[in-house]
Amino acid sequence: MGVDHPLVDNPLGDNIITASLDGLVNWARKSSIWPMTFGLACCAIEMMATGASHNDLDRFGIIFRASPRQSDCIIIAGTVTKKMLPIIKVVYEQMPEPKWVVAMGACACSGGIFDTYSVVQGIDEALPVDVYIPGCPPRPEALLFGLIKLQEKIMRERNSFGSTIGLGERFEPAA
Amino acid sequence: MAENNRAVVKLKERFAADIVAVKKFRGEVTVTVKKENIVEICSFLKTALAYNMLTDVTAVDYLGQEPRFLVVYNLYSIPNKDRLRVKAQVDESACTIDTVSNVWSSADWLEREVYDLFGIIFNNHPDLRRILMTDDWVGHPLRKDYPLQGPDREPYKNRLS
Repeated sequence: MGVDHPLVDNPLGDNIITASLDGLVNWARKSSIWPMTFGLACCAIEMMATGASHNDLDRFGIIFRASPRQSDCIIIAGTVTKKMLPIIKVVYEQMPEPKWVVAMGACACSGGIFDTYSVVQGIDEALPVDVYIPGCPPRPEALLFGLIKLQEKIMRERNSFGSTIGLGERFEPAA
Repeated sequence: MAENNRAVVKLKERFAADIVAVKKFRGEVTVTVKKENIVEICSFLKTALAYNMLTDVTAVDYLGQEPRFLVVYNLYSIPNKDRLRVKAQVDESACTIDTVSNVWSSADWLEREVYDLFGIIFNNHPDLRRILMTDDWVGHPLRKDYPLQGPDREPYKNRLS
């Protein structure tokens, strides 16, 4: 007969859970991804549809913010023109660390059908992209899938707590 | 027949030496003129013939032909409910034309767009800056010899576009 005592099976009681600090921080971060309200083209319409009640991004804690200073994710939703690129860079630089970039749609991933002098051939020429979402435009389900992939990526990050208090770098998983 | 159009008749009376061609296609009358007296022609069209609205100024690049450019003025007469298109010939060697922004104020930005995208200089324009492309842009993208994918790219299949 083994030991059958509540202090052995559950020594801290029901009101305390144990976790690694990194896991806790990652969990908090992935559960409150606040994307920048920033649309560039038709993908932005689909992004708005994803945020609306039918698909409801809010249930993942994804709440659009109107200021880059309150955001930690930017969804590049649409065609990036060379004229718009400096503005996107300024918005991205205004976002506090840690921050993630989602390239939504064919244009943001690769320039899409706009293989022309005025269009940036993929936002990864300027920003470090975490998730690429194909489609022209992607359906809300695709955007949701991409954002869930981003959540999984955030959960795999290491030293997220240490880097916050100034101890070393945050390690982001490769793909 | 375009020759019976009232505006064309009046124009031929005043500016017979400047008119190169008159054409009517699907009810739209187009008068092609030389560029030297474009301001006089336009102010005559506005004051005497009541074409008081300039709906658009644009240009066409006929690369390899002379004259290379045609600057196109689309006019509308609000009292007469009538449209007229005037085209002015601009050579590549002397790539300038006088501004009509002192005739119609709306020509200001429209001519800036033509300057930006075709590189046609509008003499006496009040504020001839680029309007669509960035200020530091090199070249004029709607010219036929401008590479579609930009000058910094390897041309696709060695073609311009």
